[in-house]
Amino acid sequence: MDTLGFLDAVVSVCLGVLSVALGLALLRLVRGPTLPDRVVALELVATIFVGVVAVHAIGSREPVYLDVAIVLALVGFLGAVAFARFIGQGTGR
Amino acid sequence: MIHLLVAALVVIGTTFILLASVGLVRMPDVYMRMQVSTKGASLGAGCVLLAVPVFFGDMGVAVRALLIIVFIFLTTPISAHMLARAAYMVGVPLWEGSVVDELAGRYDRERGELASPDEEEGPPGTA
Repeated sequence: MDTLGFLDAVVSVCLGVLSVALGLALLRLVRGPTLPDRVVALELVATIFVGVVAVHAIGSREPVYLDVAIVLALVGFLGAVAFARFIGQGTGR
Repeated sequence: MIHLLVAALVVIGTTFILLASVGLVRMPDVYMRMQVSTKGASLGAGCVLLAVPVFFGDMGVAVRALLIIVFIFLTTPISAHMLARAAYMVGVPLWEGSVVDELAGRYDRERGELASPDEEEGPPGTA
């Protein structure tokens, strides 16, 4: 088996494992129990998606997908900061 | 040979991301979930993103991938810190087995202020 075929198999398996990780994060997103729990889960979902996009960029030999990862990382950070300000509203600062 | 290195990096990164997700489900309170998911996921995403420029061997791709890695490693601690602070301020409880809470009893929720530990004894130099 040549190494490129081996890499393709590894990429397929890793996409499956990342899907399982995404499912676990969504489980925490649904179960809660508090709002900060859900925000942490959302942040993890954004980071997992960055990993999925990077693995898919290797699997499809298409480096353009990295731009999607940049935007996802940016939006995930801004969302987490906005949610932190929203949760902390009315508690001093 | 390069392909084997890429496969190793992808497998390591994916494993770390999966462990972060398992920790997010298994840990007992918000603060532990936060620390396990932010550290594990940023390390895992960093490993996977490091595999991309190794695979393509192109300068433009390498710059973009390193940009994402630096961005993730800069912003994840900041957002985790802000979230943990907000969660403590609104009174999300710690796990009952937690050993130490150094802010216990020092945070006034109505006024939104933190008191320093020596405040009852007066300012230093007046005694």
